[in-house]
Amino acid sequence: MRTVIFRTAAPYLASLMVLFSIFVLLRGHNEPGGGFIGGLIAASAIAIYGIACGVASVRRALYFHPMAISGFGLLLAALSGVLSVFFGVPFLTGLWATPHLFGVELDLSTVMFFDIGVYFVVVGAITSIGLALEERERG
Amino acid sequence: MADASQSLTFLVLFLPFLAAAVAPFLTRLFQHNAAWLLALVPAFIFVHFCGYLPAVADGAAVQGGYSWIPAFDANFSWYLDGLSLTFALLISGIGTLIVLYSGGYLKDHPHQGRFFSFILMFMGAMQGLVVSDSFLMLFVFWELTSITSFLLIGFDHAREASRRAALQALVVTGGGGLALLAGLVLIWHVTGATELSQLLASQDVLRASPFYLGALLLVLGGAFTKSAQFPFHFWLPNAMEAPTPVSAYLHSATMVKAGVYLVMRLNPVMGGTTAWETILPVFGGTTLIVGTLLAVRKTDLKQMLAYTTVASLGLLVMLTGFGSDKAVEAAVLYLVAHSMFKGALFMVAGLIDHESGSRDITELGGLRRAMPITFVAALLSAASMGGITPFFGFLAKEEIYAALGFAGTWNSIFTIVAIVGNGLMFAIGFAVALIPFIGEKVETPKHAHEGPVLLWLGPAVLSLTALVAALASSLSHHYVSSPMASAVAGSEVHVHIGVVPHLGLPFTLSLVTIAVGVGAYLFLARGRAAMARFLEAIGWGPDRGFDQAMRSLVRVSGGVTRVVQCGRMEVYMTVTFIALAAAIFAPMAIYGEWPSRPTFPVLPFYEWAVFAIAVIGLGAVVYAQDRLTAIVSLGIQGFAVALLFMLLGAPDLSFTQFMVETLSVVILALAMTRLRLTPSDHRPTGEMLLDASVAGACGLGLTLLLLRVIQVPFDSTLSDFFDEYAYVIAHGRNIVNVIIVDFRGLDTLGEIAVVMVAGLAILALIRIKAPKQAVAKTKKAEMHAETVEG
Repeated sequence: MRTVIFRTAAPYLASLMVLFSIFVLLRGHNEPGGGFIGGLIAASAIAIYGIACGVASVRRALYFHPMAISGFGLLLAALSGVLSVFFGVPFLTGLWATPHLFGVELDLSTVMFFDIGVYFVVVGAITSIGLALEERERG
Repeated sequence: MADASQSLTFLVLFLPFLAAAVAPFLTRLFQHNAAWLLALVPAFIFVHFCGYLPAVADGAAVQGGYSWIPAFDANFSWYLDGLSLTFALLISGIGTLIVLYSGGYLKDHPHQGRFFSFILMFMGAMQGLVVSDSFLMLFVFWELTSITSFLLIGFDHAREASRRAALQALVVTGGGGLALLAGLVLIWHVTGATELSQLLASQDVLRASPFYLGALLLVLGGAFTKSAQFPFHFWLPNAMEAPTPVSAYLHSATMVKAGVYLVMRLNPVMGGTTAWETILPVFGGTTLIVGTLLAVRKTDLKQMLAYTTVASLGLLVMLTGFGSDKAVEAAVLYLVAHSMFKGALFMVAGLIDHESGSRDITELGGLRRAMPITFVAALLSAASMGGITPFFGFLAKEEIYAALGFAGTWNSIFTIVAIVGNGLMFAIGFAVALIPFIGEKVETPKHAHEGPVLLWLGPAVLSLTALVAALASSLSHHYVSSPMASAVAGSEVHVHIGVVPHLGLPFTLSLVTIAVGVGAYLFLARGRAAMARFLEAIGWGPDRGFDQAMRSLVRVSGGVTRVVQCGRMEVYMTVTFIALAAAIFAPMAIYGEWPSRPTFPVLPFYEWAVFAIAVIGLGAVVYAQDRLTAIVSLGIQGFAVALLFMLLGAPDLSFTQFMVETLSVVILALAMTRLRLTPSDHRPTGEMLLDASVAGACGLGLTLLLLRVIQVPFDSTLSDFFDEYAYVIAHGRNIVNVIIVDFRGLDTLGEIAVVMVAGLAILALIRIKAPKQAVAKTKKAEMHAETVEG
């Protein structure tokens, strides 16, 4: 598997996939996509990078422990639900804001942050399993 | 005004817990002198509750509280009548003295702060228990007293005896708590009352119900375990492993009376029936006799007192069971008297132990010169315990005989039981109060001298209170005894008894009791030897029975676990899939919901092509010679299905399926590369046939189920709803995503939590450093975990 071609191509492929996963994540509300699919794509990207270049470089690139990323996602999702407390509406009610930045109308919502949380949970959980398995393989 | 008093009561209920939180810090700052500061808390509570005395004496009940979960009729509410108020006063009043006493008793103990914290927590729980109006609160506080009692008994956790005693108390009282919960649920079901005040107003509803006996037995299960009635009495003497302040407070004055409180509380609505008037006196009377006889055998001061406490609780239950006005008055008077003299005597026992280094009655003597204040306090308390005028105990005993002294076999039996029990308690009370102090000075491990003020203050105050309360009997009856007796009896009762003896049957019986007591005191050593021989002859007791029960519980659960969790992955998987097949087939078979024969589908050729790819992938999985091929073939099948989703117009689903398939192949391959990928399949033919038939059954079942499902007319209510409102309400055009993140957001939150926890679990499983021979097994487990997750 660790051919020169694959090793050279993998970082570009992986970064493209991560970029695509973010695209899929953000467009999810109106077009096919969303946090779960996005997270799976990103996890695949990281898996490809790991197979090509080794676990150590993946961990270096990620900087955070994948399980911490997963935990952060869960926290983000929960907090985006808690925000509704301050508006006196039930837990997890979607709240929307449309600020105008540089003449562009931007749709911001707690729902989006919730979806980003889902994305991080999926990426973190799957990556940490994959990396742990790969590590054992070498160890 | 009412509002202010309500908020104050609310505060008072939480104050002990707040004090428990700061106790360790205060103790670090002021060492044992923190006791003076912490004692202000129960003192304040005492004063606060005293403020309710006049109103309650006039027959009113103070109620208050806050609505908690209105939908379930669950309130945080309290109910203060004569019964609750007296208990609340005992708890806070004696609590004040106990906190001070602990300051002296555990001086320079490294964990004194923790001790203060525990005992204040207990105080809060007990306080809550006796003033609770709602059943829910009552139960929560009831269990909280069990838990704090566990912490206090096991305070000296380095010793095995303490740990065992703590666990035993928790198991027995906690188990009783569950019975109580069931009983309360039953009562709620019958009467519809969620609060004691509603229940008390319900009159005869409970007694007339067919569930009465069940509810009674369950409630008594809770009360008898808590109040250490025979045959559950054994945990209480073992609980003497706790530091003495705990024994004085929990195991004589307050917690063990919680059962009596419950019985008294329910007397107006459950009492008066044949069952009530049989069960309670029989168990109470047995406990009284067993307790006093066992007390005779002991030489340890605390053990002697513990068994007389068991006996006294039996006496209280017995009297409550009689249920006549006189009996109720006697129970009320005895309860108050007992809290005072037994609390004081326990503190005296601790004081002797603390100062002389021993609490064995055969090793003590002649301490009267060294510890005069202690001696006087002990003597006064013993006099109250023995029922000598002019102490509060005398009033109680006169009333007991006035209640029992009627003609008839039933009454005569219990009169004799009471005389024997009281006589032996008299003997033991004076044995504790006299033997260590009189006679020749005996050498003790420590050089004895009077303890500090923190230590003797408690017994002195309690024994003097017993004297003053009896001398000012009209006052104490007006404010305490009569309201309490009225609350227990359920109708207005006036207590009149005074300290001046009246000639008559009760007084004669009192004299007989004292004669029995003096006789028993003189022959105490001989009686002890006889009891020891007798118990040796029996050789078995509930205490040993508890150990046997616990051992067999562990054995049985071990056996069950070995059967259910055999540790072989093959078995787990087989069982799981057989269960799956059964779950699919059973409903279809039972309700006759088999699908009708489907018509042959007409599909475009490319759909047939994709379908063919899926079948080829599946065939490859079955015939694959090595595992890697099987995994990749499984992937082919998965991709084909994803493609079908795409063709049928479900891009989101197909997208997800693609990614899941990719990742499962990657992860499975990673897990598999750790295993030998050699093609050998060791399964014997029989096992292979079993696996094949289970797999076939699951596949067939799912197919039939799906066929059946699509033959049912499609209910489009939900789809229409989401279609209509996805954009209007949730501003999203992708219905699937809107459902996931908005309409069913809470589900998703739960799911991602599961994903994360499963990830953590798998991570832990991978990281296990398995011993060599178990490595193969662990790997298999991992592999299957991946399969399940994928």
